[in-house]
Amino acid sequence: MSVQIWTYILVGITFSIYIGIAIWSRAGSTKEFYVAGGGVSPLANGMATAADWMSAASFISMAGIIAFAGYDGSVYLMGWTGGYVLLALLLAPYLRKFGKFTVPDFIGDRYYSKTARLVAVLCALLVSFTYVAGQMQGVGLVFSRFLEVDMTTGVIIGMVIVLFYAVLGGMKGITYTQVAQYCVLIFAFMVPAIFISFQMTGNPIPQLGMGSTLSDGSGIFLLDKLDGLSTELGFDEYTSGSKSMIDVFAITLALMVGTAGLPHVIVRFFTVKRVKDARKSAGWALLLIAILYTAAPAVSVFARTNMIDTVNNKPYAEMPEWFSKWEITGLIAFEDKNGDGKIQYVADKSKNELNVNRDIMVLANPEIANLPAWVIALVAAGGLAAALSTAAGLLLVISSSVSHDLIKKVFKPDISDKGELWAARGAATVAVVIAGYFGINPPGFVAAVVALAFGLAAASFFPAIVLGIFYKKMNKEGAIAGMVIGITLMLFYMLKFKFGIFDGGKEAVEGLKDSWWFGISPEGFGSVAMLVNFIVSIAIMKFTPEPPETVQKIVEDIRIPNNAGEAIEH
Amino acid sequence: MSEQQKKASAYWKENVKYLFILLAIWFIVSYGAGILFKDALDTIRLGGFKLGFWFAQQGSIYVFVVLIFVYVRLMNKLDKKYGYDE
Repeated sequence: MSVQIWTYILVGITFSIYIGIAIWSRAGSTKEFYVAGGGVSPLANGMATAADWMSAASFISMAGIIAFAGYDGSVYLMGWTGGYVLLALLLAPYLRKFGKFTVPDFIGDRYYSKTARLVAVLCALLVSFTYVAGQMQGVGLVFSRFLEVDMTTGVIIGMVIVLFYAVLGGMKGITYTQVAQYCVLIFAFMVPAIFISFQMTGNPIPQLGMGSTLSDGSGIFLLDKLDGLSTELGFDEYTSGSKSMIDVFAITLALMVGTAGLPHVIVRFFTVKRVKDARKSAGWALLLIAILYTAAPAVSVFARTNMIDTVNNKPYAEMPEWFSKWEITGLIAFEDKNGDGKIQYVADKSKNELNVNRDIMVLANPEIANLPAWVIALVAAGGLAAALSTAAGLLLVISSSVSHDLIKKVFKPDISDKGELWAARGAATVAVVIAGYFGINPPGFVAAVVALAFGLAAASFFPAIVLGIFYKKMNKEGAIAGMVIGITLMLFYMLKFKFGIFDGGKEAVEGLKDSWWFGISPEGFGSVAMLVNFIVSIAIMKFTPEPPETVQKIVEDIRIPNNAGEAIEH
Repeated sequence: MSEQQKKASAYWKENVKYLFILLAIWFIVSYGAGILFKDALDTIRLGGFKLGFWFAQQGSIYVFVVLIFVYVRLMNKLDKKYGYDE
């Protein structure tokens, strides 16, 4: 059977499962819609969190980025998993004890201020929209390559599916669909990884295969071979990378605190019964995430080595079928600069003849390694599972931010439970349509905005939440000043060094690299903005009145784990 | 301070102490071994891996997982000690 038929079968089966679950678990109240009724088991919540957390970026792009960045790609591995530790230790248990539905709820109540709540709502919406557009693009990519429909149709199919189970099921539907999606995506990621690892090194465990010797009998370690190939072609040594140490440090930190502040993941901890369960499900989630995150760098090594071996100095006419298929999508491009009919893949830009979009490494990897058709189709189903699960989680944050934090808490406090539920569904629908639009017509700055979103979350949410829990005397003046100055500084740095708007536009960006503050790139600057936020918050707090007694009581209360109750309506 | 409050603040102190220790390890394996001392550790080899590179792409993640489960255990014990468990 061909890859395409297999893909139709596997995608068809998985989609029917998701829809079946959505119908079986549709939400009847706002509580079921926002927090799945609050009775999800730690393991199920761990699986759902893992699926929520691992987006199209983790599944499709990350291994590809690392394959081309080598050691520099470690920032994503450490950043996205290390941020999880911060989330589990510093935020999740206390936010669960606090027991409201959303992150702006916490900020608004803890800092007894509507302004703080609104700032938090805006940040949550900005972060979530940026992300969800990226997921939709991932869906479109998979559809257009594997089912050979065009990108627009692909995105629309994805939108309809997500809309169906997010709008109908709310958090309850999403949670149980995400459990299924985790199983699909991890299976889809690991099967080809195991196949290729065994093929290349004779060791079926990719995490170990990465550090093993090649199975061609040469006795050379795989990583040594790749280091050799990279330097031979003029690239940096794979295991060394090219970024400065301070920049790697800053980017890792920005990604860690940025991810810890992601609202769609935080909200998952409101779905379990007790604080104890919130802690435990964080453990399960990271364990389940780590399976993919430790296999991904191995996949990167396999893919990069395989790709160089397959294409470099080989005649263009003899390229396998996958090469021309990806050429159609425009994600691989070959230009025969020296006219010898062979592909030269080298670091020197004037001589390099091959451009490979790094997003396709994971999707193309099984084909490059000549794996059976069903494995290739499985990867397509996995990529869709990863993108849809994250998109659904984000849509929920968007809809609850609008229906709960804006409509119920600010504009129309007397809205009925039923009315709020319909407002949530309406908001989710509008959000899907907007996200789909950006998925089909991605603004040129998507990648830049995603980096900005991490920086913003790092510069705003993280200090406000941590201080809110660990510093009883932190008051609204300090927190708001910290958030506003943190965000402004981050925006300024981004606009200056990423978009070059103060120095004549995009063309100026390269030349500005030398004037980066402390040698830190815009991607890493979130960590500096976060520090500034902390300092400003504490300094302002010293000169302004203490928070009211009732608020200090709330802080004392969230530090004690028992009697968490259910996520309360209020 | 009431008896209740004393208990709560003693519990919190121990909690914060655990967090400091766990986050110190968190910092050492990622920022320490994976970034700051990466070059020095790279002279040591672990099979086909250079050690610093291994920490950056594999080791730190394994330690992170263990850290959270250790935290869960420690906190469950602490909850019991202070009678906060359910």
